[in-house]
Amino acid sequence: MSDVMIDARDLTKQYGTVAALKNASFQVNRGEVVGFLGPNGAGKTTTMKILTCFIAPSGGTAQVGGADIFEDPIAVRELIGYLPENTPLYTEMLVLEYLQFVGKMRGLRGAGLDARLRRVVEETSLGEVIGKSIGELSKGFRQRVGLAQALIHEPPVLILDEPMSGLDPNQASEIRELIREIGRERTIILSTHNLAEVRVTCGRVLIISQGQLVADDTPDELAARAGKPRFIATLKQNGHSASEIREVFSVIGDAQSVKEQAGGAPGELLVEVVPKGNQDLRADIFQAAVSAKLVLLGLEQRGENLEDIFRQLTTGNGGASS
Amino acid sequence: MRSVLTIAGRQFRSYFNGPVAYIVICIILLTLGFFFWKTFFLFGRASAREMFRWLGLILVFSLPALTMGLLAEEKRTGTIELLITMPVTEAQVILGKFLGVLGLYAVLLALTISYPLSVSTLGDLDWGPVWSGYLGLVLQGSAVLAIGLMASSWTSNQLIALFVALTLSVFFWVLDKFLALLPTNAASALQWLSFDYHFQSMARGVIDLRDVLFFVSVVVFALAVAFRALEARRWS
Ligand SMILES: Nc1ncnc2c1ncn2[C@@H]1O[C@H](COP(=O)(O)OP(=O)(O)OP(=O)(O)O)[C@@H](O)[C@H]1O
Ligand SMILES: [Mg+2]
Repeated sequence: MSDVMIDARDLTKQYGTVAALKNASFQVNRGEVVGFLGPNGAGKTTTMKILTCFIAPSGGTAQVGGADIFEDPIAVRELIGYLPENTPLYTEMLVLEYLQFVGKMRGLRGAGLDARLRRVVEETSLGEVIGKSIGELSKGFRQRVGLAQALIHEPPVLILDEPMSGLDPNQASEIRELIREIGRERTIILSTHNLAEVRVTCGRVLIISQGQLVADDTPDELAARAGKPRFIATLKQNGHSASEIREVFSVIGDAQSVKEQAGGAPGELLVEVVPKGNQDLRADIFQAAVSAKLVLLGLEQRGENLEDIFRQLTTGNGGASS
Repeated sequence: MRSVLTIAGRQFRSYFNGPVAYIVICIILLTLGFFFWKTFFLFGRASAREMFRWLGLILVFSLPALTMGLLAEEKRTGTIELLITMPVTEAQVILGKFLGVLGLYAVLLALTISYPLSVSTLGDLDWGPVWSGYLGLVLQGSAVLAIGLMASSWTSNQLIALFVALTLSVFFWVLDKFLALLPTNAASALQWLSFDYHFQSMARGVIDLRDVLFFVSVVVFALAVAFRALEARRWS
């Protein structure tokens, strides 16, 4: 088996007249945790359903661990642990009963099954609800049952559709830790709408918009690629008007734009200065403020963040400043 | 095969976690009791024939309630997605579901054994027709259940599945009841398609291979259609 665990080529999915996915190609290697981002209806869930062989693509194909989704769907499914969107579970079953069922379906029996059960129950902190019926659980606990069933057979590939939805912060950080842990030797694709999440959990980001892949990079590279540094100066207003203050900083030679920003405390003014290139303008800003006798209360440098890039890439008017 | 049994076992047990199975079984047993003992008190006789006559009819009307949710409910709640993305084929899913409900049906039939038993305490009972009648019930019931599973594979709405299954099974049961109105050729063809025609001869104690084959073909046909419907999902 090569190191490429997921190889999707030209995946296309047509639902009637709706093109949910258009020629999406990507590869994921062993030991990678890939974040799948995109606005609602972009095609994330569709891609995952194709990879797990629940639906077939209208065009293109994919291989998981060397097995083709058309030729050997059973082999593909054996390699994958899947958490579908909205975590559909048999609500009338007890948690333990359900996990035993999934374990058996995954070919586990006897002592091996018991050992795996104990392990996943511990990993997803399900101990306290193990004897309850799934229908009685809170959303977060159901989510954990969904994760537990995906993990039970120690699959080399995990496909998780919005795994963090509904988890409280403590549990979310535990699951994040678990995903990072598992992701070291295995392969994980997870979709999410939480961009901060992606930065800490995922080594790579795929951004999909209207069925097309628009980015495939590490979170940092992505931020660096699209982003310029920005400098935010906090000034004491002292009766100066915003336009006067903008004037002061416009004299900086390397400044491309100077804008007032919302969010200052009363009596304070926030000004954003964007350089023409990647210059560090902090010294210039300080000088300009001093020579205009303005009181500089703070000065910080911000990189463009993932939110901005996400917005740029998925709204089609890329580059329009906000 | 293991997966088939695991699916069947889960399905079978899940019936006992919800009210539907209990309600259906109670209604069947109560209705049967009512008709059975009514004849007994009115005419002073009780026979196993009487039980089979009523039970064959009651089951045609009530078994679709056990099958309506088999696939429709899994589709509505989305659990079908987790089931299908386990390493199983669509055929194994269909077979597992069918065996699961068949298991419940077996329990139901076992509960009716009290009727022939009570008849045998009242007088002499010829057990031969009883066993062939039970074989008939198993076969006709399997056909009704398979048709119900097929209907459940067509929709994600349990009530639609129930309605379709009821319509189909009642239709096949009732086919030989209006034969007098038809020309002979058409009549014998229709009679041959009727569930009750094949069932009644078994209830009389006659086991004819052709009757057995008839029900088996209905089961195979309905399960194959259900399999196709489940598979079609991939290409929608
Ligand atoms: N069964 C279906 N029939 C018709 N259209 C569908 C079906 N499933 C999805 N679609 C359409 O396909 C497109 C992609 O949907 P998909 O569920 O993959 O989006 P997503 O990226 O997962 O969105 P979200 O973030 O909201 O979960 C949408 O336009 C959706 O309306
Ligand atoms: Mg989705």
